[in-house]
Amino acid sequence: MSDTNEKEQTSTHKIGIYLWIWGLLFVLSFFSYMVDWYQFQGMLRWSLILFFMFLKAGLIMAFFMHLYWERYALVNVLLWPMTAIACFIFLMVAEFEYTVFTRLFYFVVGGQ
Amino acid sequence: MSDPKIEGFELKPGFKGMAKDTGSDQTMFKGVHWGKAMMWIFLLSDTFIFSCFLISYMKGRGSTLIDWPNPSEVFGLHVGGVDVPLLLIAIMTFVLITSSGTMALAVKYGYEKNRKMCGWLILATAIGGLTFVGMQAFEWSKLISEGVRPWENPFGAPQFGSFFFMITGFHGTHVTFGVIFLFIYAYKTFKGHYDEGKRGWFTTMKGDYVEIEILGLYWHFVDLVWVFIFAFFYLW
Repeated sequence: MSDTNEKEQTSTHKIGIYLWIWGLLFVLSFFSYMVDWYQFQGMLRWSLILFFMFLKAGLIMAFFMHLYWERYALVNVLLWPMTAIACFIFLMVAEFEYTVFTRLFYFVVGGQ
Repeated sequence: MSDPKIEGFELKPGFKGMAKDTGSDQTMFKGVHWGKAMMWIFLLSDTFIFSCFLISYMKGRGSTLIDWPNPSEVFGLHVGGVDVPLLLIAIMTFVLITSSGTMALAVKYGYEKNRKMCGWLILATAIGGLTFVGMQAFEWSKLISEGVRPWENPFGAPQFGSFFFMITGFHGTHVTFGVIFLFIYAYKTFKGHYDEGKRGWFTTMKGDYVEIEILGLYWHFVDLVWVFIFAFFYLW
């Protein structure tokens, strides 16, 4: 009897964990809305937005999408490609800075 | 939620287990239903699509010399004589998170073979998604009536409109398709297709509650994308 109970617990999780994550997501969303409400500016605003965003994304992926309980073979296949996106972001940051530079430059000296 | 005990032997956890799984000359994702692995691969490719949209938005916003419209004012609502910033977007976010929570519970009750509970929760998720799409339609029509077009807008940089319609439109399409499938799966759950192992329309696969988890992965992904859009497009 206890054996079957244990087996069921490996394939399903207690409702508490889902309710906790659900509640946390609400609280974090509320906090990120408050960032806009109080009109924080500059580095404080951006770091808070990113912090709440990554926390929410992590909670959804880890518990709602069950990645926390998956085997590493699947988790690593899914997460390593994200480094390519990070590289792309760095490339495009360099690109838009260059575009802004050339625009400012030619708006001032005029294009020939 | 892969079962650690399959095919009669115990699998090793962690990176050692990963090396064993990958080099086993067999199924790589052990204990993971093929449909679930395929959904994950699809979501990975979808991640790249949305990343490309958001990165092009970053590039466009970063390289324009005209001031970007202030999203807090553009998406604000006038309620009872007070201007509330980002009100509609905040409500949309809460609706989507609510539906994500009901979906997570539907997956849980599905695995416990609780047909009724699972079905009602999927239906609640579908209604949440429908509410979200409805509010997005309202938001679009409000902005269009204010003169926002993909090529111009009265608030600032003209690129704003094209990025807005492209990104939220693509996300809204995902939500819409999700809602359609949620209704179909709610019907199938109530009919007991997953209890009887009834076959689907275009597959020889026997119905199983793992399909609810696969659907749940898609729905949580839609919520996940919204987290990023909310942060980068509406709050930034």
